Amino acid sequence: MKILIVDDFSTMRRIIKNLLRDLGFSNTHEADDGVTALPMLKNGDFQFLVTDWNMPGMTGIDLLKAVRADEKLRSLPVLMVTAEAKRDQIIEAAQAGVNGYVVKPFTAQALKEKIEKIFDRVG
Amino acid sequence: MASDIHVSAHTEFISELKECAKLLADKLHHSDYEAASILIQALTKTRDQHIFQSVGRLTRGLHDAIVNFNVDADLSKEPPKIANSDIHDATNRLNYVMELTQKAAEKTMDMVDEAAPIAMNLGQEASSLRTEWARLKRREMTADEFRQLYERMDGFLGQMVTGTGQLSKNLQDIVLEQGFQDLTGQVLKRVIGLINDVEKDLVTLVRIAGQVEEVTGLVNDVEQDEQDRLIVQKRKTEPEGPQINKERADVVSGQDEVDDLLSSLGF
Repeated sequence: MKILIVDDFSTMRRIIKNLLRDLGFSNTHEADDGVTALPMLKNGDFQFLVTDWNMPGMTGIDLLKAVRADEKLRSLPVLMVTAEAKRDQIIEAAQAGVNGYVVKPFTAQALKEKIEKIFDRVG
Repeated sequence: MASDIHVSAHTEFISELKECAKLLADKLHHSDYEAASILIQALTKTRDQHIFQSVGRLTRGLHDAIVNFNVDADLSKEPPKIANSDIHDATNRLNYVMELTQKAAEKTMDMVDEAAPIAMNLGQEASSLRTEWARLKRREMTADEFRQLYERMDGFLGQMVTGTGQLSKNLQDIVLEQGFQDLTGQVLKRVIGLINDVEKDLVTLVRIAGQVEEVTGLVNDVEQDEQDRLIVQKRKTEPEGPQINKERADVVSGQDEVDDLLSSLGF
């Protein structure tokens, strides 16, 4: 499975990358904001997107909306991993069509659970 | 202290205003129009003076604030030099904090990445040897197999010595790497001090500016309310970064609440 990790902090990308590798997903790629992520998604047959919310350039929520508005990417599963914890934000992400929402700081267990749940649902 | 003087000047002006108004009503009531006109002139003069004084104080306050932040605001130089200002200094300090925390995180993860396979290999070899050892104890081992085990045990003990040595070194390096906490903490304390100073100066400025607005009638409440409403609306879903205050009602306190909220939305 080809996975794109989008976060402006390289440390966080590395943490997520390591956790995904422990879960058996080693085909991971990285982008530091929505602007760089979107063209990668459009040209790269990714099967899963993990994105932060608060990033310079293009935020994660805008990236999610762009993905859902794109003919080809529409059904791509998206997991939001973010420090943003306002109720209105979570509701906005849900309405925009997010598949899972993990708040930072998170545990390996929480990330694993959400990812498995998403894959169970999309099959 | 400076703002106390502003307040007293302001109340003085207001009481003078009231006094004049009373006198004016009195004169008008007695049809003394000449005296009334003089009063109106005096009133306008006081008001103008008060506005000038307030604007003067505002300018002075701004100047003080700028001096306090060490911003070089000489507009004849283009662009104004900010390289030596406290704000610029604070920005540099915060960048340093970011650099240091990132380096520490990366170094720590490097150490762990290096240590993880060592621990895993030692564990695997130990568990495999344990199985062999059990066979030996049950006397299921041929003399040939025993010689092999003998060799393997020797190799394993060697690996154990170098492996645990490496692990101890990495663990110690990880601990040393946490020294960033001290260094960044000191820097952050200084920046917090500066922000407090800036806030104090800004509050004083806002108070003086408020008085100018009041006297000149520059404030438009309806427009202001609408602007405030729009700002509040926008803030609802604007990124804020990690939440410091978990007591806030519009913020979830952790993953469990996120899950509850999502499931209430039909997730």
